[in-house]
Formats: sequence, C-alpha cells, structure tokens
Amino acid sequence: MAILRKFSPIAIGFVLLIVVWQIATMIGGHQAALFPPPLKVGEALAAIVSDGSIFTHIQISLFRFFMGYMAAVTAAIALGLVLGRLPFIWQVIDPIVQVLRPVSPIAWSPFIVLWFGIGNMPAIVIIFIAAFFPVLLSTVSAVKKVEKTYLRIAANFEMSEIETLRKIILPASFPMIANGLHMALGSAWIFLVAGEMVGAQSGLGFLIVDARNALSLDLVMACIVMIGVLGLILDKLIHYFEAWVSRIWGGAK
Amino acid sequence: MTPIVSVEQVSKSYKEQGPLVLHNISFDIEKGEVISLLGKSGCGKSTLLNCIGGFEDTNTGQVLLEGTVVKKPSKRCVMLMQNYGLLPWRSVLKNVELGLEGMELSKQEMTERAKHYLEMVGLADNASALPSELSGGMQQRVAIARALAIQPEVILMDEPFGALDTFTRYYLQDELMQIQQREKMTIILVTHDIDEAIYLSDRILIMKPNPGEIHKEISIQMAKPRDRSDADFQHYREMIFKEFQFTNVKAEIEFNI
Repeated sequence: MAILRKFSPIAIGFVLLIVVWQIATMIGGHQAALFPPPLKVGEALAAIVSDGSIFTHIQISLFRFFMGYMAAVTAAIALGLVLGRLPFIWQVIDPIVQVLRPVSPIAWSPFIVLWFGIGNMPAIVIIFIAAFFPVLLSTVSAVKKVEKTYLRIAANFEMSEIETLRKIILPASFPMIANGLHMALGSAWIFLVAGEMVGAQSGLGFLIVDARNALSLDLVMACIVMIGVLGLILDKLIHYFEAWVSRIWGGAK
Repeated sequence: MTPIVSVEQVSKSYKEQGPLVLHNISFDIEKGEVISLLGKSGCGKSTLLNCIGGFEDTNTGQVLLEGTVVKKPSKRCVMLMQNYGLLPWRSVLKNVELGLEGMELSKQEMTERAKHYLEMVGLADNASALPSELSGGMQQRVAIARALAIQPEVILMDEPFGALDTFTRYYLQDELMQIQQREKMTIILVTHDIDEAIYLSDRILIMKPNPGEIHKEISIQMAKPRDRSDADFQHYREMIFKEFQFTNVKAEIEFNI
C-alpha cells in the first residue's frame, strides 16, 4: 500500500500528460507525421528498443556525459577549494567567472570544433563547461562558509595547509558542494543533446538530428522521451547521493 | 622553578588607536596550576586566553610558553572551544584521533591512546558514535579527551561548561578536577561563574573591563575536592562578590554627583 501511495501521484501525472498529448494531437489538426500521437511514438520507441540500436546511442551518450561531468567536477572542486582559501585571488577571478558563466556552452561550439575536432570531444567539452561553473561557485562559497571553529582547531593541531584542506575544509564543505553537484548534473544533461548536435556521429543528440533529417518525427519524439527518462534517473541517483552525503557528513547541523 | 606560562605586559587593541581591550597584563603560571580568569562579559578574558593560545597577536608585550615566545597556536597549548568544536563527520574515536594524526604514531598506537582517554572521560562505549548522537555534556567530554590525548603542556578552556545544565555542569567540573589531579595538567579557564572558579582553581584572576586589566588575584587555600556548601567556600564567594560590587559602586558614585 505504501508503495502504491508513493507512486500513484507519479503514475497519475504521466497518464495525465499522455492524455493531454493525445487530445492535443486530435484537436490540433496537424498531420500525424508532423505531430506524432503517443501511440506512434510508443511504436517508434519499441522499435528502436527491440532492435537494440538505441542502446549503443545511450551508451555513447552516457560515456560522454560522465567524462565531461566527472572532469568538470574534479577540476571545479579542486580549484574551488584553493580559490575559496585565497579570498584576494578569488576577488580577481570572480568577475571573470561571472562574465563566462552566463555564456551558453553552445556559443563556444565553433571554437570547440576548431580546437577539439569532431567525434566525442565537442560533446564532452560542452558538458564540461555546463557543469564546471555551478560546481566551482558552490565550492568556493562552501569553503568560505566553513565554521571558523574548525579552522581554529586545524591551527591548534598544527595541520599543514594541505591537511587542513583534506581533513577539515573538504568534509566541512561537502554537503554544500553536493548541492552544487546536483545543480550541475541537471544543466550538464540539458547540454548533452546540444553537444551531440555539434560534430558527433552517434548518441541521443545525433539521433534526434538524424531522425529530423529523415523527417521521422515520431523517432525524434521517442528520443526526447528517452532523454527525459534518463535525466530523471540521473537526478534521482544524485539525489540519493546527496542524501547519503548529508547523512554521513552533515552530522550535527 | 620557571613558570610554564608567563604573560609579560600584554596590551591589545583591535584597531589602531582603538580602545584597549587588554592593558598591561602580567602574571605567571606554575606547572600543574589551575587558573581562572573571572570577569563579566566584555572584560577581555577571552581575548587574553586567545593571546595565550597564540590565536591572536598582542600589540605590546609577549606570552612565553616554557620560555619560548608564543607566536601561533601549537599542540603544546590546546584550546577547548565553547561549542566543543567536534567535527560532525567523524566518529567520537576519530575526533579524538584528530590531534594524534600528525604525530609519529602507528595506527594501532593512535587508536590505543585515543581509547585510553575516551575511557578516562567515561565514553569508551561511545567510540563509534557520531558527535550529533551525543548530549552536550558528552560532547564536551569528547572534546576534553581529544585535548588530553595530545598531552599538551597547557589546556585553555573558554567557558567550557557554559552551555550545559547545572547538574551536567557540576558533574563535569568534578570529573575535570579528578582528571586534573591525576594527570597534573596546567589549566587556564575563562569563566563568568564564580562558583566554578572557586571550585576548580588554585588562583583566580579577577578582571575588570575598559581597559581589560587584572583587578585582583585571589589564591584559593582549600583542599580539593571542595565542598560547595563549606564555610570557606562561602567566604571566598562573598569576597569575590564584593570585588565585583566594588567595581560597580565606583560607577554609581560618579553618577550621583
């Protein structure tokens, strides 16, 4: 019963979405080829799932996503920990970050293709840019907010700067960094598709472009559904990760 | 015998030309002594403690720890924080081990030593608990064990029992006194609780504000453990109480004129 109660609102939500979609296709007056109804999309989805072609695309997309995301997270946390400890240098870097951050990663795509070529790299670089700034900013502000008491203890116990970073600052700021990881995951996933529309020959983004070129809009819609579902799963996973982090590392707060 | 801590003509103000927080403070502390800095809030007693611990600079004068000038915090002089300062992501045992990690100890020696001091404060059974699972009094005991484990020359305490209820406070004061007697530690305690100061200290330094100065030094000539209802105890309490009234009366006279 408990499971039913938990999942029934979710189920109702999706059923409602499909019903609205179905009604829209019926009263909208578009041809089924231009605005595919749920059933047609379901068929297209079933077709690419049953012949297995979708899985190679999902696999390559997830590979690029994790490469870009992990690289961004590692670089941003490492940089953020250091910059958060050096307020003067951060005052210099901060304006630069504020100028670069609002630029859509896609805007860089002409340069990205020139500098990194085609294939996996453009998508990875675009995901990297999308994930980098949210993690960097949340890390810097988390480091600045570390309780002064902890730093006094580090000084009292004669910890070196490196030890202080590893034993005090990283764990103390991790719950807030995890928050940034969550935000970055969302924005990085959004830019996956865009990234794969630039110079890639595989992946979910490429599949959408390819299906559009073939005018099979039911396949386009099937890909959209797939991207949404995968995004939801990733979001849930990092949500559990976040809950785990705040349970283990959050402690007394 | 050379004193373990000497405070030599220490003055401090936070801003240049600003009001003096501490003015020309000098005193010595012998090894194994318990000293209380007693005063109302704002009299500079916490600032003085921070200067002794090396957490803050002095403008003039210096603090010597066993003959060497204190310039920055060190393990030889450990501070117990008002809010305990336990790391919430580390277990009780790991918290106690924190100060030992920089030392040349094997993993096993480290754990043994941490456990020994946890046992001393009566928390051996809670070694694997997280600080958030403990009461305030237990958390303070972990902090005490962590400080003891480092085996410092001096322990500084900034209103260590301020946030605890009366019963826990009495209990912990008792426990601290017993451990102090056994380990012969040197303790400098900042407090605004007259009872606490009399109960624990060998000497009480009464401070008065604007600028922060030592108003009077009182030696407590009573055998430990002390009885709070004892006549001598009452005598000291009255004496200290009068000292505080004395500083008030002066202000009142000025007001009447």
